[in-house]
Amino acid sequence: MPSYDVMPNMELYQPVRVEDALDIASRYADRGWLVGGGQDTYGWLKDRAKSADALIDLSAIDELRGVRETAEGIEIGALTTLTEIAESALLKQSYSVLSDAAAVVASPQIRNIGTLGGNVSQDVRCWYYRRGLSCYRAGGNLCYADTPQGMNREHSLFETSRCVAAGASDTAPALVALDATMVLRSVDGERTLSAEEYFVGPAVDIENTTALRDGEILTAVRLPKAWANAEFYFEKVADRNVWDFSLVNVAAAFKVSGGNISESRVVCGAVQATPRRLTAIENAIQGKAKGAVTAQSVAGMASEGARALAHNGFKIPLMENLVKRAISA
Amino acid sequence: MSTHIGFDFTPPDVPGKVTGEIKYAEDYRREGMVFARLLTSPLPSGRVVGIDASEALRMDGVLGIFTADDLPPVAPPGNPALASEYVTYVGQPILAVAAISEEIAESAIEKIRIDFERRPFVVDPIESLSPGGANAYPEGNVLVRTEEEGPEGAPIRGAEIRDVKWPRSAIDALKSGKEPVGGEFTTEWAFGDVDAGFAEAAAIVEEPFVTIGYPHHSLESRTCMAYWENGKCFFHGSSQSQSANDNGLARMLNIDPADLVFINEATGGGFGSKIGPYPFMAISGNFAKVLNRPLQLRITREQEFYIGSARSGMQGWIKMGVKADGKVSAVDLVIVNDGGMTGGGSHNSSAQHVTVAYQPENMRFRGITVYTNTTPRGAQRGPGQNEMAAVLAPIADKAAKAIGMDRVAFRRVNAIDSDGFQGGSQAPVTSAFVREALDQGMRTFGWNEKQALAKQNGSKVRGLGVGIGFHGAGGRGYDGLVRIGTDGKLYIHSGVGNLGTYSYAGTCRAAAEALQMPWDRCEILRGRTDNNLPHSSGQGGSNTIFTHTRTNWVAAQDAITKLKEIAAQDLGGNANDYEIGDERVFASADPSKGLSYAQAAARAIELGGKYSGQEYPDDINPITQRSVQALAGSGLIGVAKDNIPGQGTPPGILVGFCEIELDKDTGKVEILDYTAVADCGTVVHPKNFDNAMRGGAVWGFGMAGLERHVYDPQNGLPANTGIYQSKPPTYLDVNVNTKMGAVNIPDPQNPTGGRGIGEPTQGAAAAAYASAISDALDGHLFNTAPTTTDMIINHLAGNDYSTKSLKTNTF
Repeated sequence: MPSYDVMPNMELYQPVRVEDALDIASRYADRGWLVGGGQDTYGWLKDRAKSADALIDLSAIDELRGVRETAEGIEIGALTTLTEIAESALLKQSYSVLSDAAAVVASPQIRNIGTLGGNVSQDVRCWYYRRGLSCYRAGGNLCYADTPQGMNREHSLFETSRCVAAGASDTAPALVALDATMVLRSVDGERTLSAEEYFVGPAVDIENTTALRDGEILTAVRLPKAWANAEFYFEKVADRNVWDFSLVNVAAAFKVSGGNISESRVVCGAVQATPRRLTAIENAIQGKAKGAVTAQSVAGMASEGARALAHNGFKIPLMENLVKRAISA
Repeated sequence: MSTHIGFDFTPPDVPGKVTGEIKYAEDYRREGMVFARLLTSPLPSGRVVGIDASEALRMDGVLGIFTADDLPPVAPPGNPALASEYVTYVGQPILAVAAISEEIAESAIEKIRIDFERRPFVVDPIESLSPGGANAYPEGNVLVRTEEEGPEGAPIRGAEIRDVKWPRSAIDALKSGKEPVGGEFTTEWAFGDVDAGFAEAAAIVEEPFVTIGYPHHSLESRTCMAYWENGKCFFHGSSQSQSANDNGLARMLNIDPADLVFINEATGGGFGSKIGPYPFMAISGNFAKVLNRPLQLRITREQEFYIGSARSGMQGWIKMGVKADGKVSAVDLVIVNDGGMTGGGSHNSSAQHVTVAYQPENMRFRGITVYTNTTPRGAQRGPGQNEMAAVLAPIADKAAKAIGMDRVAFRRVNAIDSDGFQGGSQAPVTSAFVREALDQGMRTFGWNEKQALAKQNGSKVRGLGVGIGFHGAGGRGYDGLVRIGTDGKLYIHSGVGNLGTYSYAGTCRAAAEALQMPWDRCEILRGRTDNNLPHSSGQGGSNTIFTHTRTNWVAAQDAITKLKEIAAQDLGGNANDYEIGDERVFASADPSKGLSYAQAAARAIELGGKYSGQEYPDDINPITQRSVQALAGSGLIGVAKDNIPGQGTPPGILVGFCEIELDKDTGKVEILDYTAVADCGTVVHPKNFDNAMRGGAVWGFGMAGLERHVYDPQNGLPANTGIYQSKPPTYLDVNVNTKMGAVNIPDPQNPTGGRGIGEPTQGAAAAAYASAISDALDGHLFNTAPTTTDMIINHLAGNDYSTKSLKTNTF
């Protein structure tokens, strides 16, 4: 393949105010590229697999950083680094599922520069797509991975629609488990979406992984008080302990009363393009004792509806085992 | 008493590496330097029908393109710097574009249009051997040796690419773990009576195995920068070796080696992929000449995967017979190597590993290397031996279990010693003390004690493993060159490369040791041809410690002889009446009568002739001759070829012990303990030994458990063109506390006692890790290297896993 690694010519904007960033994003629309930590940006651009007319570097906008307590819970600026989230006393105390997830993203170096906004808005992992092949997601009319010989070990088990690429974020399932709210701003104002609404699969929009519209910027993530201090579980299984994407991850939040689960949100990542909320399991465990017995009785439900490709069948038992561990812990 | 050998010191380039001040090839700039980039093939196999670079050449700042037409032709299966008519793998360089900046050169690449004609391709050797299977080259898929009768009956030996196909029955047999009867091979050997050996076996194990083609991914992707001045080419290149590049690179540039200054002060890893001059070097030097400008050609990380080469994968079958007393009575081994597009199969080295690790009484080996339309294959840390160690260890465990023998005891029964042999010719070794290593390792690791520990801990199961790594570790016949200056310092000229192992410095300690020089009075000259370097071996094959402690030793001995002769001439008596010490040569009978080294060097210059390099031994290499000529008259010259008598391969052998916990829910493996003991003679530089042991172990764990090499069989595209996709282990993937030791018994054929150990460090760790996984899973054999997370989960879930049909390059 032709191979490149220097940045192509493009305009660079480095605004210091959100309003200026929104103006620029609005002006360039789909030809502008928002960059925070840049960990899912420079590969695309340097490889020439995607292009843009302007790079809008948000990293100098201080108001997009930090973890703040609010009346409704906690608000996290989208540019807050993953290391800051992993080490935040506030989050570790009340929303540890998110700090635990952030702590195992990629590598220490990447976590030091990668942001929450970037981690949840990153594109799917499919090596064919990222090589710049003209697949469905890239505007073409075929999928290279969903074939009997496709090398699809890391791909999706569920919700495939032409594209079988899986989502890669470790923090996204945690945000869904926490019923987080995503704050999106544009020159027209602010709107909010639940985390579940923010992430979109290929059946809804095959070329985008989020509901973010052209000209919009994800400015913050809000965590509701309703799930503060619940019982949490996060586990990521990847080949390597570091600098690797999840083969499967699980994020779960449980409200437990008298040893019984009164409410829960159980979410798996890397099994489809978006975090997969396991509502059947949530319903099945409601009112039951949190522990190994309940876990064992429902774990098989986790993979109901899964369609294994040639090489990713292992994700089915892995997913079941992780859900079992989440409920058992 | 030793003062240098066996003691720690700081190699002189270490501070520069810590501070970042040391320069790699890419760091050099030259006034007027321009930049070139490569255009590489998008197809695994095809024919270049036309190139249209007109739009690129019209761009401001673009200086020209360079194609295969600008270089001498290379016949298949040679690895051309630039493809001519046929492309045979994705990423094969087709042309280079030069411009005044890298950005312009890359933009120009985007403007070039190439018309291709597609050809069939293949990424799996067994598929190519199958009836009707595609061939990687238009001419065929296997390099076959030929022999014709020439004039006066003398044979003319050659080789040609042929189309080799196996009967379907042989393919099916191999895939199902049986002997591929009827398959054609290009390498075959045997010793003893294999059938008789199996007949007397108390147990026989028979298993298939498959390994992948591990890419090298040197951290420094190769960069070359060249410029020409007064007919001389100054060439900055990333290489493991130094003077071993001189002749080959000069040929690439079509110049006399005397007109080449090769500069290579530091190298960011090579692992076998940068031992000698590689084809890509021809582009930089010749393009710079055409443009008459200094030219830097840097490649991308992805291109380092394409042209940096990979280890050859194996698809094979082994049958091992063991007697009731544990002795391996017979081995029958078949290996199909994946040669990629260059055919760098190492099956014979894999078979050699079997001979060293288990000293079988009878053995037969058959091998064949098949070209595929994948990245070029070449040497990589213990090529053949290490991947064989990884798949063989659990199979050997099964054999031990079959006769009810402890796995370490089984290896001890079969261990090589100084009377042992290696390879199909059953050639001798210089010495070997593997039983001592096993005993020491068992004690340090606590093998017996750990057997008694609980196996199950929740979802986790404990596994213990043992493995052996081997590589031939030393050469003979190279030159040493030292100089004592009139300042009394010892200048040690080293033609050894600096691939990051620091053995260039460790070997120089032999000269300091012989001349009894304080290390701070020694200076190493290296890293560029015009530092006047001797003929040295390529920096690969774990050979440097053995090979170049010897060359530096013999050069120092020559200097000592000359010191004594000069003293005798000036002070009376004969040379034998003198000895050295405290930077002096002095009379044994009256130590006050003598010359300082500085005085002796001044006298050497006055005396001339052999003393200061105007004359030199006839048997030294022309490279060394040129260096001595350049140094002549600058001090007392010690120069000699290593003619130390002896025979046999100096073996580098390592035994590793591994304790793991395998989580049955997740397939994840955690290394709890790793202990390794080397049989590498005297440890020359303890700190460096320790580094090599740990680094090799980490990579070994990657070989057995993590690293991946994936090609899509539909379109020939590689999936792992970057480091993170290939998944070598990081320091957070391995246990920090490891125990490394050595039996430290001197090799009798090296005056300093040392042998190399670099490569087996990986093989032993890979073998011990694989052995431990099998142990954790009650003896289950995956017969793959690597055994990845998904395979373990699938096994535990009762699913099939992808390597059972021996398909390679897909995991």
